[in-house]
Amino acid sequence: MNEFLLNTLDATLRYSTPLIFASMAGLFSERSGVVDIGLEGKMLIAAFISAAAASVFGSPWIGLGAAIIASCIFAMVHGFATITHKGNQIVSGVAINIMASGLTMVLGLAWFKQGGQTPALANDERFLSITLPGVDIIDYIPILGDIYRELISGHNILVYLALLIVPLVWWVVYRTRFGLRLRAVGENPKAVDTAGLSVDRLRYKALLIGGILCGIGGAYIATAHNAQFTKDMTAGAGFIALAALIFGKWRPYTVLSACFLFSFLKALEDRLQSVVIPGIGEIPVQFIEATPYILTVILLAGFIGRAIPPKAVGEPYIKEL
Amino acid sequence: MTRDTRLAWINGLMLPLLNVLTAFAAIAIVFVFINVDPIEAAKIVIYGTLGYEEGIGYTLYYATNFVFTGLAVAVAFHAGLFNIGGEGQAYVGGLGVALVVLAFDPSISPWIVIPASIMGSLLFGALWAIVPGYLQAYRGSHIVITTIMFNFIASALMVYMCVHVLREVGQMNPQSKMFPETAWLPFIHDVFAGIGYKIAPSPLNLSIVLALLFSLLVWIFLWHTRWGYAIRATGKNTTAAVYGGIKPKKVIVITMCISGALAGLVAVNELLGYQHRLMLDFQYGYGFGGIAVALMGRNHPAGILVAALLFGILYQGGMELAFELPNVSRHIVVVMQGLVILFCGALEYIYKPWLVRFLAPVEVSE
Repeated sequence: MNEFLLNTLDATLRYSTPLIFASMAGLFSERSGVVDIGLEGKMLIAAFISAAAASVFGSPWIGLGAAIIASCIFAMVHGFATITHKGNQIVSGVAINIMASGLTMVLGLAWFKQGGQTPALANDERFLSITLPGVDIIDYIPILGDIYRELISGHNILVYLALLIVPLVWWVVYRTRFGLRLRAVGENPKAVDTAGLSVDRLRYKALLIGGILCGIGGAYIATAHNAQFTKDMTAGAGFIALAALIFGKWRPYTVLSACFLFSFLKALEDRLQSVVIPGIGEIPVQFIEATPYILTVILLAGFIGRAIPPKAVGEPYIKEL
Repeated sequence: MTRDTRLAWINGLMLPLLNVLTAFAAIAIVFVFINVDPIEAAKIVIYGTLGYEEGIGYTLYYATNFVFTGLAVAVAFHAGLFNIGGEGQAYVGGLGVALVVLAFDPSISPWIVIPASIMGSLLFGALWAIVPGYLQAYRGSHIVITTIMFNFIASALMVYMCVHVLREVGQMNPQSKMFPETAWLPFIHDVFAGIGYKIAPSPLNLSIVLALLFSLLVWIFLWHTRWGYAIRATGKNTTAAVYGGIKPKKVIVITMCISGALAGLVAVNELLGYQHRLMLDFQYGYGFGGIAVALMGRNHPAGILVAALLFGILYQGGMELAFELPNVSRHIVVVMQGLVILFCGALEYIYKPWLVRFLAPVEVSE
C-alpha cells in the first residue's frame, strides 16, 4: 500500500476532527437562523481552558468538561446579544472571536506566566491514541490490514467521536421533532411562532448545542492533537469549518465531505513543503493553503452549483405586538 | 427640546458613551480577575499614552491606523455592507506600496515616489475589496463570508510574496529589502525639527495628516456629494433608492472600492512611515480594530477620530502595561476591542428602552 497516501489520509482524519465539530456546531446555529462566525473564538477559548484545566487537575476529561462550559458561555453571550437583544449577528460573532483571542493570551500569561502558553501536558493529561481491537489479526490481510492499522486504528477517542457525531446530527436534524422545528425556525420563524413555539428558546437551544460541539473541537486541538495551548492555536480552523459548512450547503454529510476535502488539502500542504514535482517545479504551499477559501468563494458566487443558506439566517426575529 | 432632538441626543451621544463605559467596567473586572488593580492600570495607561512626548507620538501613530480602518468600515456600513475584510485589504495595500517603491529608482524625487506609492496602497486595497463587492452585487454571495475568505487568501498571498518574490537577497527573514530613503514619509519629529521645534522621536509620521485629510474627504463625500447620497440611500432603503434612480449594484461595487482603498492606507502609515520595508503581518489586528472604531464612532468621521484616538491610547497603553506589570499581556487591548465591539455593536441598544422611557417618553397627543 502506498505509504505516502496512507499517511496523508491518516493526517486528513486528524485535521478533519475539529472541523467536523465546529462545522456541525455552525450547522445547528445557522439552521436555526443565527449566523455564527464565532466558531473560531469558541474553539479557541475551549482549547485554552481545556489545556489549562487538564494541566491543573491532571485529567483530560476535566479539561474537556471545562472547555465545553467555556465555549457554552461564549455561545450564550452570542445568544444574549443576538436573540434577546436582536443585535447584529455578525458584529456579535466578530466580538466573540476577538474577545477569545485576547482573553486566552491575557489569562494564559496571568495564570501560567509562560508567555501566554499553558504548561506542556503529560501523557495522562491528554487524550492518547487508542489501538482498536483486532489489529494483529486483520494485519495478515494484505491491503485491508494496512488500512486498518494505519488509518482506522490508532486515533484518540475524540476522532472517533467526531465521526459518530455526523450521523447523530443528521438524525437529530432530519428525524426528530426538535430537528424539524430547528429547520423551520431557520426558514420561517414566523410560522414557528404562530404554531405556538418559542423562536427564541429554539435558537438558544441550537446555540447551546453549538457551544458544546465547539467545546469538544477546541479541547481536541489543545489536549489531543497537541499537548498544550499556544497563542492563536486554532489558526483559522473555525473559519475553515465555516467555509466547509457553506461548501457543504448546510447538510451534515455534504459538510462532512467538505471537511474531509479541506483537511486533505491541509495534509497535502504539509507533505508538499518544498517538494519539487517533475515538470511543474515547486508548488507554493500557500496556494494549497488558500484553496479552501478560494473554492468557497467560487461556490458562493454560483460558478459551481449554488449554496443557498437557510432563509431566515442573519435576521433577528422580532415578534409583532 | 422636542422629542426628536432628545432621541437624537440619546442615539448619538448617550448610548455610545454608556456602552463604552460598560465595556470599561467589563475590562475592570478582567483586571481584578488577573489580580491587577484597575485604578493603578488606568494610571499607567494615562501616563504612558498622554504623559510624555514619546508616548503621545506612539498613541497618535497607532490611532492613525485606526482612523483608516475605521473610515473603511464606516463607508461600507453606510451602504448597508459589512466589510470585515479590512485586515486583508490593508495587507494587500502593503503589497501595492512595496511594488511601487521598489519599482522606482532610488534617485527619483520623493515628490513622485511617495504620492505614487500612496496611490499603490489605495489601488491594491480597492482591488482586494472590489471582488467581494462585485460578487455581492452581481452574484449574490454574502459580503461577510467573501471578505472573511479574502482575508485568508490575502494572508496566503502575502506570505508567498514575502517568501518567494520580494524577499531580500541573501536574507532568511520573509521581508522585502529596505525602501530607499527617498520613499520614507517624514517623521513628525523631523518636520518639527525643520521648523525649529525639538520633540522626542517617535514613529509618528505625516500619515496622520493624511488620516485627518481623508476623514474630511469622507465626510464631504458621504454627506455633500451625489455619490455619498446614493451610498446612504442604498444603505437606508434599497427599494426607495432604486425608485430614486440609483443603481444599487453599481453603488455596492464603488462603495467597496472606496472602503478597501481606505483600509489600504494602513500600509502607508506602517510601511512608508515607520517600518520602511514590507514585512509579514504588519497590519495585524488593525482591520478588526476598525470595526470597533466605526461602531463606537457611530460611522461618522468625527466620531471615528475620537474612537481612533481612544484605541490609540488603548494600544499604546497596553504596551506600557505589559512593560510595567509583568503579569499583564499587551493583548489586554484585544480584549478591550472585543468588549467594545460587543457593547457598542451587538448590544448597542441595550440601554435604549430604559433611556427613552426616562428622557424621551412618548408624548400623548391632545
